[in-house]
Amino acid sequence: MIRFDEVTHRFGEIEALRDIDLEIEAGRTTVLIGPSGCGKSTLLRLVVGLVEPTAGRVIVGEEVVGPNTVLDLRRRMGYVIQGGGLFPHLTAGENVTLLARHLRRPEEETESRLAELCALTHLPESALARFPLELSGGQQQRVGLMRALMLEPEVLLLDEPLGALDPLVRRELQRELREIFGALHRTVLLVTHDLAEAAYLADRIVLLRAGDIIQTGTLDDLRERPAEPFVRRFLSAQRPPVEL
Amino acid sequence: MSSRRLLFGLWLLLVGCPPLDAETIRIGSKAFTESYVLSEIALRTVENAGVKAVHRPGMGGTIVLWQALRSAGIDAYPDYTGTIGEQILSAENPLSHVEMRRALAEHGVGMTDSLGFDNTYAMVMRRDVAKRFGIGTISDLVMNRDLEVGLTHEFMERRDGWRTLAARYGLEMQNVRGLEHALAYPALARGDLDVIDAYSTDAKLAKLDLVALTDDLGFFPRYEAVFLYRLDIVPAARRALESLAGTFDEARMTRLNSVAERTHDYAVAADLYFGAGTKSRSGVGRVALRIAGWTLRHLQLVAVSLGLAILIGVPLGIRAARPGLLSQIVLGTVGVIYTIPSLALLAALVAVPFLGISGRTAITALFLYSLLPIVRNTAAGLRSIPPEIRQSAAALGLEESAQLRRVLLPLAMPTVLAGIKTSAVINVATATLAALIGAGGLGEPILSGLNLNDPALILQGALPAGLLALLVQLGFDGLERWLVPRGLRLDEGRSQRVTSTP
Repeated sequence: MIRFDEVTHRFGEIEALRDIDLEIEAGRTTVLIGPSGCGKSTLLRLVVGLVEPTAGRVIVGEEVVGPNTVLDLRRRMGYVIQGGGLFPHLTAGENVTLLARHLRRPEEETESRLAELCALTHLPESALARFPLELSGGQQQRVGLMRALMLEPEVLLLDEPLGALDPLVRRELQRELREIFGALHRTVLLVTHDLAEAAYLADRIVLLRAGDIIQTGTLDDLRERPAEPFVRRFLSAQRPPVEL
Repeated sequence: MSSRRLLFGLWLLLVGCPPLDAETIRIGSKAFTESYVLSEIALRTVENAGVKAVHRPGMGGTIVLWQALRSAGIDAYPDYTGTIGEQILSAENPLSHVEMRRALAEHGVGMTDSLGFDNTYAMVMRRDVAKRFGIGTISDLVMNRDLEVGLTHEFMERRDGWRTLAARYGLEMQNVRGLEHALAYPALARGDLDVIDAYSTDAKLAKLDLVALTDDLGFFPRYEAVFLYRLDIVPAARRALESLAGTFDEARMTRLNSVAERTHDYAVAADLYFGAGTKSRSGVGRVALRIAGWTLRHLQLVAVSLGLAILIGVPLGIRAARPGLLSQIVLGTVGVIYTIPSLALLAALVAVPFLGISGRTAITALFLYSLLPIVRNTAAGLRSIPPEIRQSAAALGLEESAQLRRVLLPLAMPTVLAGIKTSAVINVATATLAALIGAGGLGEPILSGLNLNDPALILQGALPAGLLALLVQLGFDGLERWLVPRGLRLDEGRSQRVTSTP
């Protein structure tokens, strides 16, 4: 579904990603994990075209991400960031339906999709009339997710979606996300630094360090056949430590 | 409000800007009493001959008036032969009337015969001060180098002015400064100044008991009063102006000047010239109407220039919000324009062919001043949008124009509006300078009042201008409530609440 083809990305002197070859399977949830600065968020931004590769190419479906394809590709993908990235001048409902209305989708369709998404993300419909600043952190994140799902995207990209939430809300949303991913059968690419979250949501984990992919596989693969000592260190650094 | 309707309104204002038809004779005057009075008299004489005419009072000094006449910004104005020879034609030696007419004709300008009096420059002192220092001639100043000398800016720089005079007489005055003519007399009366330049028919000479120092070296050329007019005006108007020749003498002119200054109304002096028969056009009852007229014209100048500044400034600001050299150039340029003193900018623009002495020049200058706050605030407002909002808008799949229209500009709106508000208030204040180049507005009574030493007339311009600035401020506060999205005002309320808790 998504393929990274010898992708390198540099910020000035720093190589954020080095010769990445990676295939993201359709219909499954892949989690990118690694310490800060490992390049996991940059991989996601490459997919939506917010950054361009210094070398190599990113392919979504059949199309290479580039200036001519990016607008259309973005409309077929949903992108969610920490805090939801909501537009403060629009109500929750307006945030969710902004693109649909901009593209002049039929109004009834938009309305019924909105109700559907409220049910899916457990957002009370009364919250749709509120502005982002009037919503709780968890609600903001739900609205961000709704906005990404509005046009039924083929691919869902989530960058630390639960990073700013308190542990109780976070736990609740993790459960909901798993339900949603299970129900939708979409290609999901999620970035986190929390191994427990990764283990809970992922079909497949990609572990990165300083611009290189260290290992890919299930949590069991990482636990039982670590590719190098770093994998063991990374797993045992989580609190509470993941059983080895 | 649709932008098309806004554009149409602006177009109407622009087209309506020069409110005169081609047949109307525009008579200018310099910024001192005698010039006002002469032009007012010429105005009525031309009107009595059945030709429509208007008076653009107190437009400035010789060069401004001459440029206006040459570029057809005005059709006639009064001047003096000495000034014409020295200042306008830059002649080395005094010219005869015939030589002068020939030289002027090359510019498409004609000259009447002498109106009948000579108004030469004079160096003037208080009688008691002159007596105390024993000064009777300009040569006597050589021995009194410490006297305070106050000169009009024009006299300081003219070829037949201070520098040449000082060189000829060998004067080495230690304290010389330039100031407005209208302010020089009070300063002389108070004793802040000892010597000033003046005109020999000046009404204040008698009123303040001043003496004109004898020009013992015969430095000053003759300054016979005449009217200059464009040769292409209708013959009836030309005949009317020519008919003024020989109808004055020095005593009469001095009396008219003194009446104008006493009544603070040069129209009354014109009445006196015509005898009791003609009625004053500017009685007390018409004050309100006149103020309304000035205010409307003022608003017109402000609305057009501000409208243009918004139409051009906001797109420039959007461009300047992007990183890069071009943005720095744009912001630097509007910043530099902003630092040019307004008088210098007006003077520079008057020299531009299409502009000249007109409302267009004033509007161009005001437009240029209004740009900086709008461009800078638009750029700053857009730059201050957090990157995650920016990226969310892009990643959503909105085209760049839609990102701008639906997300970025609404978020920058409070800052953009604050810039427009600043521009508007500055614009209302600066527009009073438009009167300097005959573009009208509330600066007109301020300037006339300054020259007639009439505080009431000054207030007729200053008060409405102040009030207008206040109204503009309030109007924009209201507009802000209407245009700034509610979700953003929420933010304001919240951050205020947060900052108010310790």
